[in-house]
Amino acid sequence: MTRNTGAPEAPDSTDAAYTELPMPDTLSIHSGQLPRQATLMTVVFAAAIGAVGGLILGAGPTVIVLLAWAIFLVALTTWSTIVEGRRKGTDRLVNAMVWSTFVIAMLPLLSLLWTVITKGGPVLTPDFLSRDMTGFAALGQGGGIYHAIMGTIMVTGIAAIIAIPVGVFTAIYLVEYGAASRLAKMITFLVDVMTGIPSIVSGLFAISLFIVITGDPLPRLGIGGGVALALLMIPTVVRSVEEMLKLVPDDLREASYALGVPKWRTIVKVVLPTAVAGIVTGITLAIARVAGETAPLLLIVGTFPSANWNPFDGAVQTLPVYIYTSLNGTTDPKYGDIWTDRVWGAALVLIIIVMALNLIARIIGNIFAPKTGR
Amino acid sequence: MAKSIDVKDLDIYYGDFLAVQGVNVHIKARSVTAFIGPSGCGKSTVLRSLNRMHEVIPGARVEGKVVVDGQSLYGAGVDPVAVRRQIGMVFQRPNPFPTMSIYENVLAGNRLNARKMKKSEADTIVEKSLRGANLWNEVKDRLSKPGMGLSGGQQQRLCIARAIAVEPEVLLMDEPCSALDPISTSAVEDLIHELKSDYTIVIVTHNMQQAARVSDDTGFFNLKAVGEPGHLVEFNPTTKVFSNPEEPATEAYISGRFG
Repeated sequence: MTRNTGAPEAPDSTDAAYTELPMPDTLSIHSGQLPRQATLMTVVFAAAIGAVGGLILGAGPTVIVLLAWAIFLVALTTWSTIVEGRRKGTDRLVNAMVWSTFVIAMLPLLSLLWTVITKGGPVLTPDFLSRDMTGFAALGQGGGIYHAIMGTIMVTGIAAIIAIPVGVFTAIYLVEYGAASRLAKMITFLVDVMTGIPSIVSGLFAISLFIVITGDPLPRLGIGGGVALALLMIPTVVRSVEEMLKLVPDDLREASYALGVPKWRTIVKVVLPTAVAGIVTGITLAIARVAGETAPLLLIVGTFPSANWNPFDGAVQTLPVYIYTSLNGTTDPKYGDIWTDRVWGAALVLIIIVMALNLIARIIGNIFAPKTGR
Repeated sequence: MAKSIDVKDLDIYYGDFLAVQGVNVHIKARSVTAFIGPSGCGKSTVLRSLNRMHEVIPGARVEGKVVVDGQSLYGAGVDPVAVRRQIGMVFQRPNPFPTMSIYENVLAGNRLNARKMKKSEADTIVEKSLRGANLWNEVKDRLSKPGMGLSGGQQQRLCIARAIAVEPEVLLMDEPCSALDPISTSAVEDLIHELKSDYTIVIVTHNMQQAARVSDDTGFFNLKAVGEPGHLVEFNPTTKVFSNPEEPATEAYISGRFG
């Protein structure tokens, strides 16, 4: 027995090993550097050359932009490689490419928002928001989208009421109970397949379902739209909730089991609250995603000029379908302009609704996020 | 309330893989029993099988007997949830519930089981448990703050407070100090000494000095060979294990001449 006490051994004296190594004289930590405004200068330079070159060749603005962009990439890379060395040159090239793709990705989005806001903004009057189209459809003035807003909220709400419980409970089964069982694997596969269902097919499903239920050869029902949208929502909800539940550390589940807490209470009181921020965000984004669906609603919900609060009887107007049907009116020789205004106005309202849902998701996510502050 | 544990011919499997074989141990009531041994030899697995936490892992199962106060834990009709209410556990990494305050964390065992209690009763339990865990003076002014905001050592003592708040018969500790600094470790060890008078404690540790300091009995686990299941090499009073071990393998391990 050599060691039976808790006294740690004194560490060997190894200070000598840490004495400074002599620096080789050749080690250089300095290199050339471009001026801070180099990128901006190159942009101006490339734009000038591109414009001049384009004008000489008599090319249009698209060619000039492309030409200037190519010159910018080559010029900046070459300049940087010569002054700063190869690594910095490559860095600048890749940096420029990343920024270019970012701008390309942003351009359509900003252009779209700008167009919809400038064209739809002036249309949004209190009248437009509080009136429906009863009696206005054939007139050159008035009318509004109140009924479509209400319809969208109602149909999306029905979809959420159907899809959220189904999706959340499926995800809970997959993560907490199914684990790696065959049933769970099959469900995961089917959910993945469901993600790819074209929205028009879900509309067809809903319409056939309600033909069977009502016996009507062409049913028009708000609840049908809810079913069709729920079908599109469920896979998204399952997926996002599943990911969130998987993020909850097993440590917490074990801590709860070790306190003698049954599994279902552990899920309800520990796992779900810990993941609630992500779950709510995922669900809200899924709702936002289906709120703008058109195809299935066109099939099963149809179109109606006034507000219909009864989802079990008759057609309901919704914003996407309103936009689609109003588009037919824009070619009307007499009333084309008013129909165009209505389309832009409805499009803006739809965007606002979806954006509001996204914002709400973020706010709720922040409110529920587990607090780690001191 | 403390109880003794008898383990008889315990084999523990993960699926088809036999992880630990033939463990026989008598753990005395109101004492501290330490399990030491190299990583992967099944100390934690044995510990977890003592309150049926083992079977939380899919495919894990147990053969043999674990008898607490004459009752077999793995007998037919035994509810693992009821077992865990009697036999608490503290884990290697501090794991306070992130959604709860310090106060709620201590009460978690009661609240999660939906036990109704008066405010005054709850306050008493919280104070008693936090005092028991040597944490009361540090947190009494911020009980409503999140438990995650405490330091690592405080979090671990919070977890111990949470475990003793449900007044278990036995407290299992799975390397409770391995993520802690020496000061916090010393605080937890002092706590183990105090808890010994009320609870039966089983502690898994990699730190042999710690086992020597805190435990009354020590079990040394080892793998029979690489790829073979782990087994209990020696189980004796701590003073004997660390001064005059029966098995040469034990001596080799605790003197640092392992292998």
